[in-house]
Amino acid sequence: MSESNNNAGRTGETLLETKNITLSFGGVKALTDISFDVKEGEIRAIIGPNGAGKSSMLNVISGFYHPQQGEVWFRGEKRGPMKPYEVARQGVARTFQNIALFKGMSTLDNLMTGRMTKMHTNIFWQAIWKGPAEREELEHRERVEEIIDFLGIQSIRKTPVGRLPYGMQKRVELGRALAADAKLLLLDEPMAGMNQEEKEDMCRFILDMNDEFGTTIALIEHDIGVVMDLSDRVVVLDYGCKLADGVPDVVRNDQAVIDAYLGVSHES
Amino acid sequence: MSPDFLNVIEVILNGLMAGIMYSLVALGFVLIFKASGIFNYAQGVMALFAALTLVGFQTGQVPFAHLINATFGTDVHHWGSGMNTFLAILCTMAVMILFAWLLERIVLRHMVNQAPIILFMTTIGLAYFMEGFGDLMWGADIKNMDVGLPSGGSFWLEDVTKGWASEGSEYYGMYIDVLDVWAAGIAILLVISLTLFSQYTKTGRALRAVADDHQAAMTVGISLRSIWIIVWSIAGFVALVAGIMWGSKSGVQFSLSLIALKALPVLILGGFTSIPGAIIGGLIIGIGEKLFEYSLGGMIGGATENWFAYVLALAFLMFRPQGLFGEKIIERV
Repeated sequence: MSESNNNAGRTGETLLETKNITLSFGGVKALTDISFDVKEGEIRAIIGPNGAGKSSMLNVISGFYHPQQGEVWFRGEKRGPMKPYEVARQGVARTFQNIALFKGMSTLDNLMTGRMTKMHTNIFWQAIWKGPAEREELEHRERVEEIIDFLGIQSIRKTPVGRLPYGMQKRVELGRALAADAKLLLLDEPMAGMNQEEKEDMCRFILDMNDEFGTTIALIEHDIGVVMDLSDRVVVLDYGCKLADGVPDVVRNDQAVIDAYLGVSHES
Repeated sequence: MSPDFLNVIEVILNGLMAGIMYSLVALGFVLIFKASGIFNYAQGVMALFAALTLVGFQTGQVPFAHLINATFGTDVHHWGSGMNTFLAILCTMAVMILFAWLLERIVLRHMVNQAPIILFMTTIGLAYFMEGFGDLMWGADIKNMDVGLPSGGSFWLEDVTKGWASEGSEYYGMYIDVLDVWAAGIAILLVISLTLFSQYTKTGRALRAVADDHQAAMTVGISLRSIWIIVWSIAGFVALVAGIMWGSKSGVQFSLSLIALKALPVLILGGFTSIPGAIIGGLIIGIGEKLFEYSLGGMIGGATENWFAYVLALAFLMFRPQGLFGEKIIERV
């Protein structure tokens, strides 16, 4: 039961495209000539063995790394070398493999920081907290409460996230990324280190997000079963090179992928 | 009430007031340390520089007068009768913001991802640079600061407290400097507004976010550079307030930068990352040193105020290294 079928008709124009990305650290080549695209409304997975360059790819997209060669196109425009915060302001939100939350702040505050790119009142209005600033706070608060409802985290609204268990922290981080109402959501191993139940919850959130809000998602995941069920299209990396690219059924049966990653023929 | 008891109260009150002055300096340290993990050794010098600049604007001094005169053989010193106090404070604040901006552009930008010790060394360099620069800009003479705050002893309090003493005893009332009371009021106002700002506004939230996790802050669209400019500007503002208070109390002189050292034990007591900690720490040190001097100082030769704070801090380090309000360091393994 591949979820990809549900979504087949809804994916639209190309949202993000990477062209011939090459990234190296000193003499080590992390990525070699990688090109792929993400279409609006789809769930795109990047898979590959450890050290294949998946996270490097995500870091290139979100502006943490700058490739030596190649171009990133976002919404039909070529992107210059950008800082991470500029990428975020363009409408790309992300989560990290090893959770990057504001540990001393409450769940609510963490989600509110997710709205940062959407808030525009200047420091003067903020200082007196009247007029536009107050209106803006309340408006964004409403959206954040919606997301809290969606993720079912009402009970931990005021808890400092540093005290939450790992699975919950992952969920809050997802919420913060979601709060940005981003055009593209990058998830770096959203299910790493989770138990079966938490994984199922996370899967459901990702699918619902895509379904209800129409969020475009690019994710990295190790759990092959999850990836194949979740995503519309999959790109496979190995040693920094692209091995395969296509819908799950095609990728699953690709001989190069089987050899490099899956090891054995994966029954469907 | 016996005069002895009233004396103790007077000592405590004066300690409170002195403590608030320490807190004002410590506050600047905490702000920058929280937001960027930098221990800003230059905070005291920033207070001095702000005070020098304020007096310069007030009295209408020509900046770099010595330099100009030496180079061109002219004899300029004042460009007029000066500005009124309010305008001068605004201009000084503008200078402090400009300073924060330049600092980010010229220095901090190149220090991203450096080890904390390197950043600390940078601020030591900055302290010496600013001391010299302030000297060059406004001259090295001791200046009077008068921003219109009342000063001197409060006769009202003297009269009131005189009545409290028991009949027939020789008691002349408490002496409390009105300037200290003003300083206390202003410091409280400053802390309340800073706290509200950081809790309930977007920029405040961004400040806390950066303090918490740089990487995460960048991913939600916060520009670290603009936050650093804001933080150093706020620290500049706090320095200005501290400079005004200390300057009004004891004149604007270069030893002002040494009061920064008294902020160190305050920080060790209160914790480097806590704004309330800076306040409470300052009060404990202020009261502690005054009481100690009053009660035991005479027995061991006096002048205990010079070292008491440091000894107290040392004792604290042994039992509670993170300070009263600091974040306890727990590594999950």
